[in-house]
Formats: sequence, C-alpha cells, structure tokens
Amino acid sequence: MSLPDPQLGKGGTLRHLLDLDSLDATMLTRILDTAEGFTGVNDRSIRKVPLLRGKTVANLFFENSTRTRTAFELAATRLSADILNVDLVTSSTSKGESLLDTLRVLEALQCDLFVVRHGDSGAAHFIARHVGDTITVVNGGDGRHAHPTQGLLDMFTIRRHKGRFDGLIVVVIGDIRHSRVARSDIAALVTLGVAEVRVVGPRTLLPNALESLGVQVYDNLDTALDEADVIMGLRLQKERMRGATVPSSGEFYRTFGLTPERLARARPDALVMHPGPTNRGVEIAADVADGPQSVILEQVTWGIAVRMAVMSMIIGDRAASDHQKSMMDAST
Amino acid sequence: MKTYDTIEVAAWIDAMVNELHALLQQEPDLALIGIRRGGVDVARHLASGLAARVARTAGHPDAHASAGAGAGAGAGEDTVDIPFGELDVAFYRDDFDRIGLHPIVGPSMVPFDLDDRHIVLVDDVLSSGRTVRAAMNELFDHGRPARITLAVLVQRHGHELPIRADVVGHALDVADDDHVELDASAMIVRVGARDELARRRDEVVQ
Repeated sequence: MSLPDPQLGKGGTLRHLLDLDSLDATMLTRILDTAEGFTGVNDRSIRKVPLLRGKTVANLFFENSTRTRTAFELAATRLSADILNVDLVTSSTSKGESLLDTLRVLEALQCDLFVVRHGDSGAAHFIARHVGDTITVVNGGDGRHAHPTQGLLDMFTIRRHKGRFDGLIVVVIGDIRHSRVARSDIAALVTLGVAEVRVVGPRTLLPNALESLGVQVYDNLDTALDEADVIMGLRLQKERMRGATVPSSGEFYRTFGLTPERLARARPDALVMHPGPTNRGVEIAADVADGPQSVILEQVTWGIAVRMAVMSMIIGDRAASDHQKSMMDAST
Repeated sequence: MKTYDTIEVAAWIDAMVNELHALLQQEPDLALIGIRRGGVDVARHLASGLAARVARTAGHPDAHASAGAGAGAGAGEDTVDIPFGELDVAFYRDDFDRIGLHPIVGPSMVPFDLDDRHIVLVDDVLSSGRTVRAAMNELFDHGRPARITLAVLVQRHGHELPIRADVVGHALDVADDDHVELDASAMIVRVGARDELARRRDEVVQ
C-alpha cells in the first residue's frame, strides 16, 4: 500500500515541499508566478515584507552547506520570519540522540517551518511524516534524492530568459547519479513540457533506467549539444562517490567538460546554468562559467525570490487550513 | 443588482480629475499610485484625464499627453508626465493568517523615487480601509512620501479603520452585505450580493 503524498494538503494546497516529482504543472507554475511577485522586493529601500512576522523558520542542517543555508536564511529574513540555524552536523545527533528526539525538541521550541538538509535520501520525507501538525517541512536537499528549491529556481531562471518551456531542448551534463539537483530539474522540466531533456555523462555516473524519467540519454556531449536552448552543468560530487567512478578530473574535462568550442554547437542564445559550486576546468571552462551566456550568478539571486515564494505559500496554506478548521470547530 | 453605466462612472472620474487637477497646479511633482487591480485601472483613467486637462488649459485641445513613466508622449512643453506606479499589497494584507497568500501576486512597480513626494494613492472601492492600510505600509517600505492623498472611485460605508478618502468619485449608500465591483474593461460599477455578481461575471464569460 502506498501512503498518500505528504506534500499536498486538501484542495491542492502545498503542505510540505519535499520533491518536485509529484507536483503538477499547475502547482509548479503557481510557485513560479508567486516568486515573480517577490522579485521586486530586492529593489526597494526596505528589502523586507512583513508576511511571516512572528513565524519561526528553523534551518536544520545535518550536512554542511553554506550556500543553501544562507539562501534560505536570507529568504526567511526578507519575509520577516525569525530564523534559527541549527547545526546538526556536530550537534546532538553525534551524541547519540535519535533524529526523532531531536525533532521533538525542535517542535517543543514552537517552530513553524523546518528547512531540512540531510545526507541521506528520503530524510525530508521521513521528517515530514513524523513532525506534528503545526510544522511544515521544506527539503533543502536530501542525499541523492531531491533538491526541490534548486529545481524551482532553475525553472524560474529558464522561464525568465525563454518565457516558455514548450519547444526547449535542455541538456543536463555530468554526474547525474549523485545529483539531487539533476533529479529535481528533470522532474520539473518533464512536467512543464519542454520538448526534450537530454542527459549526457560517463555511463558510470548515469543511474540505471534513466530513460524511464522521460529523458534521452547521450554518450557524446557534442551531439547532445546540437541546437540546445539550455545547458545545465552539474558538480562532480566526489564526496558522494564510493570507489573510482571517474578515471580523473582531467579525463572528465576532456570528454564532458563544457568548453567554448563545445558551447558553439548549441544555439547562440543558449543559457549556461550550474547549481554551484563550479569546478572550473573539471565540468566547465572558466571562460564559459564567466561568459556572456552564463546565468550562474543569476540563479543564486532568483533563488531568494523562489524560496520566499515557497515558504510563504506553505506557511500561508497551513494558516488558512488551521483557520478554516477553527471556524468549523466554532460552528459545531 | 444595480449597475452604474460607463457614462455615470466617467462623470465620477471627471469629478476626481477636477479635484486632482487643482491639486496638481499647487504641487507639480504629484505622483499616482494605483492599488492592484481595480485601483490601477482607475489611476490610469485619472492620469489620462489629468493629462488631457493640462493640455486643454495650456490651449492645445489636441495635445496628447500620456500617463506613466515616460510611456508614449513626446515630451512637448504642454504635456504632463505624471509618475505612475502600481502596488500589489498581497504581502501586506492582514488576512494572511486566515486565507494564506493571495493566489495572484505580481511585483509592485514604483519606478520613481517617492521620498518627499506627494503621492496620490488610488483604489476603486473604499470600504473597510484594510487594503489602504496595507498599501500605506508598503509605500513606506519604498520610501518616505511627503504626503499621501487617498483617491477612490467609490466610497461606501463599512469602515473598520480610521481611514477616509480625500478625493471621492461617488459615495454609495449600499446595504451592509452588498458588494461593490468595478468592471474595468467597460468602466461599469455593479452593486449587489456577492454571489449575484459572481453569476453575472460567469454569464459575461460565456
């Protein structure tokens, strides 16, 4: 028996954000549209809106990540939420306290939203199933499974530049096997209806049955880049590799590195994206990463608006359903 | 359901333009900011009405000025270019904890510096005053205006906050549970029960 999707609440509301696999095009578009509304906040004299005043967001990082943690922290701050950074890499979990005990303690501190970053796939789902009713969970990246806010900000960046998804050819290069970003990107791209998602990388870094996700698998980067509209590089995740899966970084660069010569095979207006941090000279040439087609830093900027949208939608949907429940209780 | 047609509503706009024109002559650096969505439509009509009025008083009935930051209009000496902005107050509403985030939000657009400026804040219907409160809160996050004048097409009772309009197109005496709605495409105002207005909207779509 399969459990109901914990992400969705009654009436199509967003209860948690754990992955992008089960979100339909309507929900993805709703998030992107909402994010659009937050883009202006950055240009004002006061870069803050009072939406989440009095709410508490706890960043639960079981795995180090300065970038993602800072991005969530900034997004929560811009929404006027209080933010609690809980570093769990070196904390009580290493003293033998179980994950569930840790969660109970944080619940008792009366937080509203947990941002969870964890090295194990499925950790965010596990936490979402075990937290109390008052808490919502946003996955900030779990193992190889999903990194939904990164996927959303990638979609947001593509839509900003291309204005659409239909007809686009998107190429995802490199270490797909260890990449939660790739999984979230592929799920969203397929749902939003791009013409083709091409995946290319060394066979050792491609998961089995990749085609079942609705993508085309290529062995040759040059062929994969033909007529591409969007090119997404991925970081070679050495820390997640067990055993030798790539001969050497130099070898990888020669075969799958995004160089200016290779980029020339794509459409002249093709976007170059990368979730960062980039390994220059491994996945991507410095000239390409810093070149005119690169939107790598823009992705970081849009990440704030996208995370503001996700957090305010989730907390808002939660508050609305609580209110409805209390009205119903009052009338019975 | 009661309907006020295009001609009646145009007369309300005209009355507002008269008042604002007098204000504009005293304070040439006036700026218009409409509250989405109905307020923006009203503000556009006010802006073009004001532009036409300025052109006429300058003795050029054909002179055509436009509203909005630099939109259209060659910068002739008799044209006015009133700074124009739009506010989406979704992030400032006080019912977030009851209904969540409004499903349709867009970025507010205030393409000018509002510090020390006289802002005419425009909405279609003033009833509880909660939208105006939200809009004022947001305005102060964009800067520190010298003064805010509130202009509304329709003022009805139902005030829940100490907020009244300075410029009113028309004051409507309607039943407490009646809803006042601006149909901006035709500039028609309808008054009636909420579900009756919704039915009417569905008919128009069909």
